Amino acid sequence: MELICPAGTPASFRDAVEAGADAVYCGFRDETNARNFPGLNFNAQELTEAATHARANGVSTLVAINTYMRAGAEELWYRAVDNAATAGADAIIVADLGLLAYAAERHPALRRHLSVQAAAANVEHINFLVDAFGIKRVVLPRVLTVAEVGAICRKARCETEVFVFGGLCVMEEGRCSLSSYATGKSPNMDGVCSPASHVRYRQDGSDMVSELGDFTINRFPKDEPTGYPTLCKGRFVAGGTAGYVFEDPASLDVLTHLEALARFGVSALKIEGRQRGRAYIAQVVREIRNRLDGLAAGEQREDGATLRKLSEGQRTTQGSYDKRWR
Amino acid sequence: MAAGHRIGLTLGPLLYLWDQPSWSDFYRRVADEVEVDTVVLGEIVCSKRDHFHAGAIERIAERLTAAGKRVRLGSPALVTIEREAKTVRQLAARSDYELEAGELSAHAAMEGRPHAIGPLVNVYNAPTAKVLAARGAVSICLPPELPLASMRSIIAGAPDIAFEVFAFGKVPLAISARCAHARNKGLVKDNCQFVCGEDPDGLPVDTLDGQHFLALNGVQTMSSTCQSLITDVPALADAGVRSLRLSPQVCDMVRVAGLFRSVADGRLEPEAAHSQLKQCYPTAAFSNGFLHAVPGHRLIGDRLSAL
Repeated sequence: MELICPAGTPASFRDAVEAGADAVYCGFRDETNARNFPGLNFNAQELTEAATHARANGVSTLVAINTYMRAGAEELWYRAVDNAATAGADAIIVADLGLLAYAAERHPALRRHLSVQAAAANVEHINFLVDAFGIKRVVLPRVLTVAEVGAICRKARCETEVFVFGGLCVMEEGRCSLSSYATGKSPNMDGVCSPASHVRYRQDGSDMVSELGDFTINRFPKDEPTGYPTLCKGRFVAGGTAGYVFEDPASLDVLTHLEALARFGVSALKIEGRQRGRAYIAQVVREIRNRLDGLAAGEQREDGATLRKLSEGQRTTQGSYDKRWR
Repeated sequence: MAAGHRIGLTLGPLLYLWDQPSWSDFYRRVADEVEVDTVVLGEIVCSKRDHFHAGAIERIAERLTAAGKRVRLGSPALVTIEREAKTVRQLAARSDYELEAGELSAHAAMEGRPHAIGPLVNVYNAPTAKVLAARGAVSICLPPELPLASMRSIIAGAPDIAFEVFAFGKVPLAISARCAHARNKGLVKDNCQFVCGEDPDGLPVDTLDGQHFLALNGVQTMSSTCQSLITDVPALADAGVRSLRLSPQVCDMVRVAGLFRSVADGRLEPEAAHSQLKQCYPTAAFSNGFLHAVPGHRLIGDRLSAL
């Protein structure tokens, strides 16, 4: 199984290559990618340099162009695909059907991966896009159990890629407008979720209050560390109970299922976190690489504690991969 | 109002789990009293609810057809297990009623035969609409978060498709594998005891500071506000929108449809209709922010420029 690592900057790209990634994914510095955060991402020149460096080290470069094209501004997305091809990318990661059609027609030799943002949760959906646009790989949405991942691997006529570590979307990816409901900025259209530009922290008595747009997302008493107000990981009141209505502030860790994923024939394991710092990326990559090498050698090399320290709120979940989570 | 088409009204699928008497009463009224052209039937949110109304849907579909309404059958929004895939295949095999695709496996299953695309399929631009139209999509309900400028561009770029807009109802904002509704009541999805049925208009989710924010509907998360584009109907007509989708809520849907019909026909001023709409659904706060390219929960009073 390939290990696919995120890179938000040219520096973290080089770190991921050095730490043992088989492929690195990144995006352009605009709304064509779903991690359109200030201070992150690549211009065409930086991507060319990164892809050249990667290739020299036997590492692939995947370019995420995985937001939905804004009507009337499609050229921006088309140019992103052209630029990825020119830069020497090994594949593009795309969600929008119109953009897939463009890429298949104009750049037939450039591998097309279906982004998790396309929410292809069943084999009929996936195989339809294999037939229509020649997608070579699907990144599976985080709505499936481990067994369901296995069932898709058996029948899909393309490779599969699975998220194993990092942030967890509680909602099906690419089908969530919670952020634009609160802030006007959405993952699908703007490449952002719960954007920092709309976050405020406010002291209220001894509580620290975190807000997103016009809404309170959480309150932290004095002795509790303040977390970032990601909308679906906020504390709210429903049915008379206050708490984490959708999900606790935890991140995804399904490394305990590596053996099963290998058995299913999953092609690639993906680490979330293009917004993360260099040290984080390097450490996570090294740790998971070590486990994969252990798996190949028939040894168990586990160090859950090291990775847990790197996780959001230092808590992890298996998300939908564990049936009981649902 | 734009020349050309009479704007139609579509009653979207009931997104909540209503008990049998409420469900039957509602659809009998729809057949006999509600001024809509098209009615979408079917359980699209959660396949665990399928058995509640599966039998009654056939009878209601016949009754609606006899009453002169066009019936569509909605396919599930999230298809991950064999039972859901089977539902999609069965719907796609029918020739009596049009299918409305909740996700792309249903579109694929139609193999080019005519069908509708529901609002939870991501159609953000004309090239995407044309990809779907080339494979049989004849109508598309656009995603609720789209601003008017995008709608205009899409409609202008794909003039052969009949576009519909989500014009009334709490907005379906997200869907998850996890049932937050069951979880809130101390249960998990596999043993949910259908507790979502206790909240026929959604379970309110408020902030810790007491602001109304969202609503739970099983695995689906809705807006707390009821989106209403009634004051925007002239702008939507001008953009070339062919039908307005009304999503059932616990309110006087007969009157809601009547108000939209009157505004669409130019018989009632949009602002007057908005005031009356509040009487139809007194517990609701209204919003139209998505259309105006501001946060979706907001209500913009000024009419959009027809330009």
